[in-house]
Amino acid sequence: MLEELKYPFCADEIISSKRRLLRTLRENLPKTAVPLKIAVLGGYTTSDIVKILELFLLDRGINPTFYESEYAQYFTDAVFPNETLSAFKPDIVFICTSYRNLEEKPAVLEDESSVLEKIEREYARFEKMWESVFEKFSCTIIQNNFELPPERLLGNRETGCAFGMADFIARLNLRLSDYAKSHKNFYIHDVNYLSASYGLKQWHELRHWNLYKYAMSVSAIPEFSYSLANIICSIMGKNKKVLALDLDNTLWGGVIGDDGKAGIEIGKETSEGQSFLRLQEYIKSFKDIGVLLTVCSKNDPENALEGLSHPDGVLRPEDFACIKANWDEKWRNLEQTAAELNLLPESFVFLDDNPAEREIVRAQLPEVTVLDFSDPDECINVLSGCGFFEVTTLSADDAGRNEMYRQNAERAAQEKKFSSYEEFLESLEMRAEIGGFDPVHIPRITQLTNKSNQFNLTTRRFTQSEIEQIASDGEHICLCGRLCDKFGDNGIVSVVIGKIDGEKLHIDLWLMSCRVLKRGMEYAMLNALAECAKSRGLSEIFGYYYPTKKNGMVRELYREFGFQKVSEDEGQNTVWRLAVDDFKPIKTAISINKGE
Amino acid sequence: MDREQVRVRLTKVFRDVFDDDSIEISDSTTADDIEAWDSLEHIALISAVERAFKMRFATKEVSGMKNVGEMISIIAERAKK
Repeated sequence: MLEELKYPFCADEIISSKRRLLRTLRENLPKTAVPLKIAVLGGYTTSDIVKILELFLLDRGINPTFYESEYAQYFTDAVFPNETLSAFKPDIVFICTSYRNLEEKPAVLEDESSVLEKIEREYARFEKMWESVFEKFSCTIIQNNFELPPERLLGNRETGCAFGMADFIARLNLRLSDYAKSHKNFYIHDVNYLSASYGLKQWHELRHWNLYKYAMSVSAIPEFSYSLANIICSIMGKNKKVLALDLDNTLWGGVIGDDGKAGIEIGKETSEGQSFLRLQEYIKSFKDIGVLLTVCSKNDPENALEGLSHPDGVLRPEDFACIKANWDEKWRNLEQTAAELNLLPESFVFLDDNPAEREIVRAQLPEVTVLDFSDPDECINVLSGCGFFEVTTLSADDAGRNEMYRQNAERAAQEKKFSSYEEFLESLEMRAEIGGFDPVHIPRITQLTNKSNQFNLTTRRFTQSEIEQIASDGEHICLCGRLCDKFGDNGIVSVVIGKIDGEKLHIDLWLMSCRVLKRGMEYAMLNALAECAKSRGLSEIFGYYYPTKKNGMVRELYREFGFQKVSEDEGQNTVWRLAVDDFKPIKTAISINKGE
Repeated sequence: MDREQVRVRLTKVFRDVFDDDSIEISDSTTADDIEAWDSLEHIALISAVERAFKMRFATKEVSGMKNVGEMISIIAERAKK
C-alpha cells in the first residue's frame, strides 16, 4: 500500500499528487489484481471522484475501468438505452447523486400528506432507475443517499415540521434504506453520515458547486472516494480478516508485568480506564462481524492472561483465536499466527501503541496493515474510519468465524492424541454436503472466489451476478461443498466451476478455504465432480494451473488427482487432462450427503 | 512577496500537480502550453495553489484568469495584505 493512501490520509496531498500516485500504482500493479468495470452515473461532476477512487482501488488490488455518464445524465443513462454503456457491461453501477438532484422539495405550509406524496414521487424516480439498471445489466448498484443542505430556512424547525427539509431528507433516506434491506446487490453509500462526520459546513463548498458543479468541497473528495472504495473492496472480498492486538498501553493503561492486575488502568473508575474500556468494548464487537482477534504482545503468557481476566475489562482470553505473549519479535509472532490460522499476513491489521514496534512490523512484514494512533480514543476513530472491515454481506458463517477457528485449535489438540493422521481424520467424524449453487449460498461463493488466494488453481475472480449467471446458464457444472465434523460446521469451504464444451469439461475455477487443509475435502470434491461429469456423458476433464505469488501449494494438485500434464508454457501455466472413464474415486474419511 | 518569488513557488506547485519536473512557467503561460492542463486539472491546480499560498480565490477570479501572469498578480496582491 502506498504511504500517501494509508488511512488516515492527507486529502490535500492525494489531490495534488494524484498523477504521480496513479503512475506508481499502475507500474507496480500485481498480476493478481481483480479487474472490475464500474459505471459512474453522476448527478454532478464526478471526474475527480473517479480518479481518486481509482487510486484507492488499485492500492487494494482491484484494477478498475470506468464509464462516466455525461454531466448530470444519471437518470437518462440508467433508464434509457445507451449503447456505449451496454457495451461496457458494468459489474457495478454507482449512482452519484446529491440533494441538489432532487426534483421535489417541500413548500412552506404544505400539508403532511402532500409532502409525503412528493417523497413517494421522488423515491419512485430513483426506484425506476435501480429496477432498470438491474434488468439491463444484472450488476451491483451503489447509490448515494442524501446529505443535508448547508443552509436552513426554518432554522431548527427544519425538523419536527411537515414541510421541513431535514425531515424530507431523513424520510427519503429511510425509503432508500428499505430498498437496500429487501434487495441484494444494492448498497447505500452513506453520504449523509460522511458529510456529517466531515462537518457539513466544510463539506458544502458553494464555490466548488458554482465553479465546477461538485456537490462537495474538492478537499472532501478523497474522503468520499475512500468511503466508496471500502464498499467496493468489501463486495470484492478484499476485507481484512484479523485484528492483531498488543496488550500493555493498547488494551489497558500501564504494564501488567510491572504494575500487576491491581495497577493497570481499565474500567469505569478512572477517566483513563474508561477510555481503555470503551476501546475493549469496541474491539470485542468486531468479533460479531466475523473479525478474528489475536494477541501479539511482549509479555510472559501468565501475565497476559491475568490482564485479560481483569474484572473491569471485557476482553477475555477466549475472545482470541490465538494468543502470542512472549519475548520474540512481534513480526515473527504475527507471521507465526498467520501460519497457524492458515491465513496470509496481508489479512492482518495490527494495533500497537508503541511507534517503534509499529515501525519494525512495517519494515519486516510489509503485508500487514499497521494503524497509527496515540491513545485509545484515537484508536477507536482510526478503526472506525479505516474501513478494512466494512460490512456488505454478513452471513452466519461470518459471525461464527471466531468459533470456527477456536474449533480448529481443538482439532489440532486432538490430532496429537492419535498414532496416525488417518486415525485422527476418522475420529473427526467428517460429513460433507456437496451440490450445486443454491441461491442462498451465492454471496458466500462469490466471497470465496474473490478472497481465496492460496488453494486456488486459476485465481479467477467473479462478481455475484456472474456467479448467478453461471449457476443457471446450463453450460457449467458448479459444485460447492460444506464440511462439518464433530467439533462444528466449517460452512461452505470449496467451490468448483467447470465449463462444458461438447464432451469436454474445462475447470475454470477450483478453490478451497485453507481452514480445511489436509482433511481430504479436495478429494471429496473431485469424486463429486467426476461423477457429475460422468452422468452428463462427458469424456474428458481439463484442469488449469496459473501460478501466482500465493498459490504455490497447489502447483501439483492435478498430478495428485491422477491427471496427466498436457502442456506447460514459459509462464509455468500448466494444463492437465483426465479421462473420465479411467477415474477411480479416491478414498476419504468424509461421508457425503448430496445436495440437489 | 514579489512576483518573482511567487513565480518560483508557483512553479513547484505546477510541477507537483502535473507530475512533470520540466515545467517552466512565465506570465504568458496558459493551459494550451501544458499538455496535462485540462479543465479537471485546473480544479486540482487552483486548490493546490490556494493551499500553497494559504489564500482563496474568489469565484469571479477563478473563472476570469486568462494566464499565469494574472494568477501571479492575484497571489502577489493578496500576499501584500
